[in-house]
Amino acid sequence: MSENKGEIKKMMIILSKATLENVYASFVLANGARMEGIEAEIFFTFFGLEAVHKKKNAHLHIATVGNPAMHIPTMVGGLPGMEALATSMMKKEMEKIDMPEVPEFLEIMADSGVRMWACKLAMDMFHYKKEDLFEGVEEVITVGDFYKKSEGEGVHMLFI
Amino acid sequence: MEKVIAGKTIHVNDEGFMTDFKEWDNTVGEALATENEISLTPRHWEVLGYLQTEYKNEVPLSIRKIGKSGVVDIKEFYALFPKAPLKTATKIAGIPKPASCI
Repeated sequence: MSENKGEIKKMMIILSKATLENVYASFVLANGARMEGIEAEIFFTFFGLEAVHKKKNAHLHIATVGNPAMHIPTMVGGLPGMEALATSMMKKEMEKIDMPEVPEFLEIMADSGVRMWACKLAMDMFHYKKEDLFEGVEEVITVGDFYKKSEGEGVHMLFI
Repeated sequence: MEKVIAGKTIHVNDEGFMTDFKEWDNTVGEALATENEISLTPRHWEVLGYLQTEYKNEVPLSIRKIGKSGVVDIKEFYALFPKAPLKTATKIAGIPKPASCI
């Protein structure tokens, strides 16, 4: 820290959730880092794996229950179809601001040099195989491997 | 503020982006590229020309749009302008820094 004056050199982002708002948060932060010339890596763990699961990642939803910022009463948010409705409304707004859908966003990140890893423990738990995942995910690694990759000056870690 | 580059006086903001595109020409572009440690190839010029056209047409720039431009893909864009490609390329092109997060 003494030499680099707090300059951010690399963002290590851990994505543990698959609600659309969390997935987008991690993607925008990773891609935004690359746009500034900062290195970025994402470690997909637990439900976060769904964001890179080829059969699932085009169908992620936002959370309408337990999300006070949605301004929908919890009981209403839990009704069948509410998540899909809220998600399709949000996706329309996102397209307006040039926000890509999840599969396209993954391609953009891979092309931009964002490095992606999948958590071994979560892969085993969900019985996922490497082939189930987006090709940009380089390897299935352990937490220890991830810490090793995070070594160095100016590296910041973010849990989403 | 004023800045003298390639024998010309240009106006730039505090981040070094030109504030008056009319002051830009190829020699200014060359000099700005050298300042940013990039030596311009014909491919760079094609991309710069594309960015300037989009700017003149008032199309907001983003990495996603560049990927879909048909002029350059995202991988090559990062290869041509390593380290903050959109910022560096627009700076060399003499146009404002895009206010885009994507």
